[in-house]
Amino acid sequence: MIDSNSHIITANKLTKTFGDFTAVDAISLDVHKGEIFGFLGANGAGKSTAMRMFCGLLSPTSGEASVAGFDVRTQSEMIKRNIGYMSQKFSLYEDLTVRENMRLYGGIYGMSSAAIKQKTAAIVEELHLQHELNSLVKTLPLGWKQKLAFSVAIFHNPPLVFLDEPTGGVDPITRREFWEMIYRAANAGTTVFVTTHYMDEAEYCNRVCIMVDGKIEAMDTPAQLRQQFHAKGMEDVFLQLARKATRSGD
Amino acid sequence: MFAQFLSFVKKEFLHIWRDKRTLFILFGMPVVQITLFGFALSNEVKNAKIAILDPSKDASSLRITQRFAASQYFDIEQELQSPQQIESAFKEGKIKMALIFPTQFEYNLQHGGQATIQIIADASDPNVATTVTNYANAIIGDEQQALLGSKLPYNINTSMRMLYNPQLKGAYNFVPGVMAMILLLVSTMMTSISVVREKENGTMEILLASPLRPILIIIAKAIPYLLLSMVNIGTILLLSVYALDLPIAGSLGLLLATSMLFTITALSLGLLISTLTASQQIAMLISLVGMFLPTLMLSGFMFPIENMPIPLQVMSNIIPAKWYFIIVKSIMIKGLGITAIWKETLILTGMTIGLIALTARKFKIRLE
Repeated sequence: MIDSNSHIITANKLTKTFGDFTAVDAISLDVHKGEIFGFLGANGAGKSTAMRMFCGLLSPTSGEASVAGFDVRTQSEMIKRNIGYMSQKFSLYEDLTVRENMRLYGGIYGMSSAAIKQKTAAIVEELHLQHELNSLVKTLPLGWKQKLAFSVAIFHNPPLVFLDEPTGGVDPITRREFWEMIYRAANAGTTVFVTTHYMDEAEYCNRVCIMVDGKIEAMDTPAQLRQQFHAKGMEDVFLQLARKATRSGD
Repeated sequence: MFAQFLSFVKKEFLHIWRDKRTLFILFGMPVVQITLFGFALSNEVKNAKIAILDPSKDASSLRITQRFAASQYFDIEQELQSPQQIESAFKEGKIKMALIFPTQFEYNLQHGGQATIQIIADASDPNVATTVTNYANAIIGDEQQALLGSKLPYNINTSMRMLYNPQLKGAYNFVPGVMAMILLLVSTMMTSISVVREKENGTMEILLASPLRPILIIIAKAIPYLLLSMVNIGTILLLSVYALDLPIAGSLGLLLATSMLFTITALSLGLLISTLTASQQIAMLISLVGMFLPTLMLSGFMFPIENMPIPLQVMSNIIPAKWYFIIVKSIMIKGLGITAIWKETLILTGMTIGLIALTARKFKIRLE
C-alpha cells in the first residue's frame, strides 16, 4: 500500500525517461496533509517533470505514486478534480475580465454559479479588487495578476495545490504578500506543493526537498537541513548540493 | 459535464469578440474578396479605348462603327486619318485596339461578297488583348447576322462568333473559389492559431491539469469557428446572388450541407496543424504555405487542373478544396444534385474522418 491517511502525495521510485534521458530518477517522497512542501532544484534538475507526473499531465515510465489517494498512472482524471495547478507562465486569460476568468475556471471545475459568485466575492474582498472586477486582466499590474492566478488555482477549494515557480519576476513586497496568501491557504487546510528558485522562500516551507540531476539529494525541514550541512541558510545548503550536478541547466 | 463545456465555449467566443481587429477581418474578408473579384479583378474589360481608321466611310462601315460606339465595352478615342497614325496611337498608350476598314468596304462586301476588317490589339497585356478582340469579333459578328437577315445572301465567310458570355463569366469560377479560400482561412488558420496560442501562453497546461477532457477542449475550440464560417458562407452567397446576379441553380440545402462538411475538413486540418506546432507563427506559416497556396494553385480555382502536368494533377487529388470546388460549381452553377457529386462528397468525408482520426492520435492527452 502506498496510500496512507496522513499523506496526500506518496511516490515510490518514480521515474520518467525521455529516450535516453532520465529526467526523474527513482524519486521517493511523502507529502503530509496540510503542509507547505518546497521542491527545490536547479533548472533541468527534473522538478517540473516530477510535478507534471503528480498532476497527471505526464505518465511515469516506472515506479508509482499516488496523489490525493489516486494512482497517477490510472486515475489521472480523478487527480485532476482534486488539485489546483498554477504554472510558471501566467495562467489567466489576459483578454478576459477578472470576473470572466473566475467564472471560466469555476465552470471548468464544475462549480455551481451560486458557488462561483460566493467565491468571487470572497476573492474580491481578499485582494481588494472591487473596482477591477470588470477590467481585462491584461490591464492589472503583474503583482496583482500573480495573486489573482493563485486565487484562481484554489478557486474550487482543492485539498492540494501545485505551484510551479509562482513568484518568478515579482517584486519582494508582492512575493511577501503572495506567501501570506499561501499561509492562509495552508491554514485553511490546503496542502501546498511549491517549486521555487528563491532560497528565502524555501525557509518559509515546512519541509523542502532538493533535487539534483533527477534525484532527491535532501529532504527535511529547513532547520534540520541547515544543521546537517553546517550551513547558515538554505542558499548555502542548496549550493553545496547543486554543485554536484553534472547536468547543465536549460 | 455539459456546463463545463459551455463555460469553455463561452470563453472562446469572448476571445474572438475581444479581438475586434481580427473579428473585423474575418467578417470583412469575404465581402472584400467578393467585391474585388466581382467588380475590380474580373476578366471583363469595359470602356476599352479604341481607334478607328475608316477610309471608306460608307453605310456599312459606319454602321459597324456605330455598334462599337454604342457598346459599353469600347470607347472610340480617336478617328485616324492615315495608316501611319496607327503606330503612333498605340505608342502613346491611349488605345487598346485599332479597327481598320479597307477602302471601299461596302463595295467589297456587296460586290465581292466579302470584306475584311483588320483588328490590331495591344498585346503587351495578352489577356486584355484576347478579351477585346473577342468582343470586337462578337460585335462584327452581330452586324453580319443583321446583314444576313435583311438582305440577299452575301457569301460572307466568317469564323467570328459570340464566344463570350457577357458579364459574369468570372463569377462562375471565383465564387466557389472564394468560398473555399475563406473557409480554409477562417477554419484552418484561425483554429490552429487559437489552440497554439493556449500552448504558448501556458494556459493549455492549466486546462490539461483541469478535469476538462482534452477532446472537449478541442471541440470547444472548433465550435466558434464553425459558426463564423457559416456566417461567412451566408455572406458570400447573399453577395453573389444579389450583388453579382449569380443565382444558385441547385439545392441551397445541399450547398450548405456540403459547405459544412468542408468547414469540418478545414477545422480538422487546423487542429491537426495545432497539434504539430508550438508557436503561433509556425502555425500561421503552415496554414498559409502548406494549405492556402496549394489550394490557390491546385484546386482548379486559378488554373485548370486538366492543363497541369500529370504529377501535379495527381497531387491535386489530395487537396480537399479541389473536391469542394467541384461540388460547389456543380450545385451552384450547373444545378446538379447529390447523384452528380456523391463521389466528391464521399472523398471529402473520407478525408475529414482521416484527419480527425490523425488529430485525435496526435493530440497529447498528457503533455510531453
